[in-house]
Amino acid sequence: MTEEQFEPKIVAFLCNWCSYRAADLAGTARIKYQPNVRMIRVMCSGRVDPAFVLKALALGADGVMIAGCHPGECHYMVQNYKAMRRFAMLKHTLDKFGVENDRVRLQWASAAEGLQLATAINEMIDQVRELGPLNWSARWSENGQIEAAIQSLIVEHAEAMEVPA
Amino acid sequence: MSAKKASNTAEKAKLALYWAASCGGCEIAVLGIDDKILQVAEAFDIVLWPVAIDAKVHSIEVMEDQSIDLCLFNGAIRTSEQEYMARLLRQKSKVLVAFGSCAHEGCIPGLGNVTNREEIFQTAYHDTPSTVNPDGIRPQLETEVPEGKLYLPLFYNTVKTLDQTVAVDYYLPGCPPEPERIWDALVAILENKLPAPGSVIGAETTVCDTCPRTREEKKITSFKRTWEIIPDPDICLLEQGLVCCGLATRAGCGALCPTVGSPCIGCYGPNEGVEDFGARMMSALASVIDSDDPDEIERIISEGIPDPIGTFYRFSLAHGSLRRVSINGNGQVKDLAVEKA
Repeated sequence: MTEEQFEPKIVAFLCNWCSYRAADLAGTARIKYQPNVRMIRVMCSGRVDPAFVLKALALGADGVMIAGCHPGECHYMVQNYKAMRRFAMLKHTLDKFGVENDRVRLQWASAAEGLQLATAINEMIDQVRELGPLNWSARWSENGQIEAAIQSLIVEHAEAMEVPA
Repeated sequence: MSAKKASNTAEKAKLALYWAASCGGCEIAVLGIDDKILQVAEAFDIVLWPVAIDAKVHSIEVMEDQSIDLCLFNGAIRTSEQEYMARLLRQKSKVLVAFGSCAHEGCIPGLGNVTNREEIFQTAYHDTPSTVNPDGIRPQLETEVPEGKLYLPLFYNTVKTLDQTVAVDYYLPGCPPEPERIWDALVAILENKLPAPGSVIGAETTVCDTCPRTREEKKITSFKRTWEIIPDPDICLLEQGLVCCGLATRAGCGALCPTVGSPCIGCYGPNEGVEDFGARMMSALASVIDSDDPDEIERIISEGIPDPIGTFYRFSLAHGSLRRVSINGNGQVKDLAVEKA
């Protein structure tokens, strides 16, 4: 990441009935959005377990979007309300983990809102690009000190055994 | 088991028990099998068990590889010494069991992952009122003394589970594992009736399924702390607003806590199929909130769950998808090398 612009990877979970069709509409209407987003179609935004979002972030995504039908318009009656509550809970927790707010986003987009979805995607990509790479797994590395420390233990044990009884 | 009751000690199977970053409760839990410990001593030659017998690391180092039949390893991996012992015992053992919550999923030592080495040292060696350290002395990896060099293990920034360190054959969950489950596992090992490698030895259902309380439809408008209410003795604790982790937690304890009116805190670890315990709790708790108004939902969550990591990841932070809290943002982990004197 020297002179080149950082290109974030965004995972987006789109509901089958509204948001995925909004993305389709954006395609047929030739509305362009940046290619940084990887879309995954799910049957409902209520299907998106917080575990999916955490796993995506841990495995290298720089941001995650969940998109579903507007409140009151869910194909499965009320499941997008569950998505809304889960998202609030997830965001509350991610905040304590030190994950920036703009890295996760809940977006409502009906099947007619291709433009709105494309705009939201562009907006999120710009925000995450601004934040920089998440690179989460680097947070639990120990900077290569472990091997040296373990080898010194072996030296220590050998030295201890040399002491005459 | 009788086949193993050989009079010649040389024919006995070898058993090792070890503790790393743990409280010692797992070691005591082994003794909780009461007089059956004599049957264990009859069946096994115990080669290492720091809490009970005097054995030297060196005597393990000189053993042939895979010459220990069973190693019950409790404790998380917090220092290089613990990682060394984990590697050594993996190399010398045929079957390595992550014994108890710390080895399985990090447990309470894993909560150290909300902070880092620098902050822990600052608190432990400087800030606590009972600490007197005018020279600001900190643990050093190597110290020269007239008699030679002294070594201390490296203290990690991030606590690891056993299976993030070495390959693990089985997991025995619990903080600590219940004596009955320990005995079941020992019998399974002795009779060679072990489940598939990599599996958790235990139930495949949740604490809720073993809880005697009545469950109806859950709808709550606020989360309560345990001191705020005296819970009804017969109704599900979650329906009364208490954050009970029974729905994500593996059965095996006999629902001890909810039975006596205290919510489950999740010590038996994630149930079969639950990859991230905290995520399952977030998902389940959010679903029972009785509101469709974003502002009210936010208020219920922020007022009711002041410490989401401590609530959802009390036992599994090191084992969760994210493993730790961010240090310094954007993956720029500050090099917190132990300063040389």
